[in-house]
Amino acid sequence: MNIHEYQAKQWLGRFGVPVPQGRVAATAGEARAAAREIGFPCVVKAQIHAGGRGKAGGVKLVHDEDEAAAFAEGLLGRSLVTHQTGPEGRIVRRVWVEEASRIARELYCSIVLDASAGGPAIIACREGGMEIEEVARETPDAIIIEVVDPLVGVQPFQVRRVAGRLGLTGKEVSAFGALVRSLYDAFLKSDCMQLEINPLARLEDGRLLVLDAKMNFDGNALFRHADVVELRDITEEDPKEVKASDLGISYVALDGNIGCMVNGAGLAMGTMDIIQQYGGMPANFLDVGGGASKEMVGQAFRLLLSDDKVRGVLVNIFGGIMRCDVIAAGVIDAAREIGVSVPLVVRLQGTNVEQGRELLSKSDLSIIPADTIADAAQKIVEAVRAAEGRA
Amino acid sequence: MSILVNAETRVLTQGITGATGQFHTRTCKEYGTRMVAGVTPGKGGTDFEGIPVFDSVEQAVRETGANASVIYVPPPFAADAMMESSDAGVPLVICITEGVPVQDMMRVKRYLADRATVLVGPNCPGVITPGECKIGIMPGHIHKRGRIGVISRSGTLTYEAVDQLTRLGMGQSTCVGIGGDPIRGLNFVDVLALFNEDDETEAVVLIGEIGGSAEQDAAEWIRAHMKKPVVGFIVGQTAPPGKRMGHAGAIISGGKGTAAEKVEALRAAGVSMAPTPADIGRTMKERLG
Ligand SMILES: Nc1ncnc2c1ncn2[C@@H]1O[C@H](COP(=O)(O)OP(=O)(O)OP(=O)(O)O)[C@@H](O)[C@H]1O
Ligand SMILES: [Mg+2]
Repeated sequence: MNIHEYQAKQWLGRFGVPVPQGRVAATAGEARAAAREIGFPCVVKAQIHAGGRGKAGGVKLVHDEDEAAAFAEGLLGRSLVTHQTGPEGRIVRRVWVEEASRIARELYCSIVLDASAGGPAIIACREGGMEIEEVARETPDAIIIEVVDPLVGVQPFQVRRVAGRLGLTGKEVSAFGALVRSLYDAFLKSDCMQLEINPLARLEDGRLLVLDAKMNFDGNALFRHADVVELRDITEEDPKEVKASDLGISYVALDGNIGCMVNGAGLAMGTMDIIQQYGGMPANFLDVGGGASKEMVGQAFRLLLSDDKVRGVLVNIFGGIMRCDVIAAGVIDAAREIGVSVPLVVRLQGTNVEQGRELLSKSDLSIIPADTIADAAQKIVEAVRAAEGRA
Repeated sequence: MSILVNAETRVLTQGITGATGQFHTRTCKEYGTRMVAGVTPGKGGTDFEGIPVFDSVEQAVRETGANASVIYVPPPFAADAMMESSDAGVPLVICITEGVPVQDMMRVKRYLADRATVLVGPNCPGVITPGECKIGIMPGHIHKRGRIGVISRSGTLTYEAVDQLTRLGMGQSTCVGIGGDPIRGLNFVDVLALFNEDDETEAVVLIGEIGGSAEQDAAEWIRAHMKKPVVGFIVGQTAPPGKRMGHAGAIISGGKGTAAEKVEALRAAGVSMAPTPADIGRTMKERLG
């Protein structure tokens, strides 16, 4: 789960991480008032769940109230397209107004859960700021990676090593050490997957200050962080994906016209792969998960069909934890209730497959049964093509 | 022989009083697995369809000689369950639970590092040696005793592969679902090493996914050590790049997570790659000639 920069800064501030003073604003008028309170010059920043805002014109140094209000006015309610948003961009609903800093150097510092190392890794680089990915690609040696042993936490020698390679000296080293310890504390206590500071600014007066913060929390750990859940901004998410996650289903909207309902992420991706191999395009990724009930299957089916791009549906279930008769009953109920007007191919295999197939064949619905994954993909692609030919 | 589990394996279920634990304990017992004990704190002294239930793993092991544990407890309690089994000296722990917090897994993994316990999962279908022992949620009837070892990061896609092998007359020695979570117990290389030394295993199917770099590690290991033919498949070849926020992911993965990168690494190591998920069985058949 992602949060906005302003939320991350407020969150980190509570752990003692040095962050600039700022105010959040939802209208140009609020932005004007916020800027007046903070003083000039100050910086106005678009708040969306994506990076690359600086390069896309979403961050500006302003010198008076009018400039602050005008810049906010130009951002709010409009879509901001950055290299991380995709072509449709993200609607800016808030801006963050903060004190401007006199930056001497921009560093990069993040903590991520490095799965291959089995623990958190501190990643740092002298060359922070908006070009960090180019730096990583062109001069990978410039990237400092320090893996932390989760049993003992960040050790002072590790901080000294990173600080040294960042070119920090004297008092900066201890300031950096305190900062890293606070970040690590926040990372652990909030069950983060990623906590990225870019830039970490070294100011002209020698202080270190977090000028941008991006935090990502482990969705599986939200049950123990009610305060993190409160920071969720569902306007940043696809409404169908929000609906799905409320149901406990994992769903990702895609561009094609074949709706898919599959159990298990691997098989769901495999189904998408093979649909494309046969010349079709999936409309979504939908994993109904392991222990879904008949109701959940019905809901998932409804969700699929609520996408008006969908011209055909492929249900591909290989039952393990998920029983085929449950799937079949859910599909039949939902299909009866909503009335499916597009071709529907169902492939069932695994636990209770006979009962499932029997339910399907006894139903009055025109379901195209399929035996294998290839058979299923081929049938749905052909059925959609045939239906389009008739239309 | 086979790897990890066989007819002698004595299994205890952690979370035996939940609906999932019960359903699969019953199914595994029906398959022929020796389900000897259950553990649910507070329910000790009762039984589930004749299987005695204990308050702690330690007790269950002492009373029944269980030497493998399967975990179905809800995510908030899964880490504790894994460590409890390890502490009780259970040599093989298989965690089926999906949705375990990653930081819990990071601590579990570290806790297990200097202990004898082998962990499979979490978020995996389990381990099966067909005809002898099924531990987990896979449908038993699609499997057939034979000489192909299967290792997979995905659950249902493993069934898909097994089903194809069985239909083409190629049975399995053991199938191991290592799980889809970023931090897990056994990895591809660990299971490859076991299959490499197993007399009964003639060839191996390896099913990977986009993300992480475990498949590249496997490729490197295969090139250096593998004595048996390997057939591979990487799922997610057409998955759109995930929505991104920040740069850390890109920096740490260095482009290693893509399907193309993985397919290339495995192919270069001599692995025969199946072009689609429907071709896994056929590719093995051709490879074995
Ligand atoms: N408070 C501030 N004072 C001075 N300059 C700032 C301030 N905040 C941001 N900047 C400048 O604007 C640039 C871009 O801002 P920021 O890093 O917050 O957004 P971004 O472009 O979305 O980040 P990223 O490049 O990591 O995706 C910074 O690198 C920094 O040079
Ligand atoms: Mg930035």
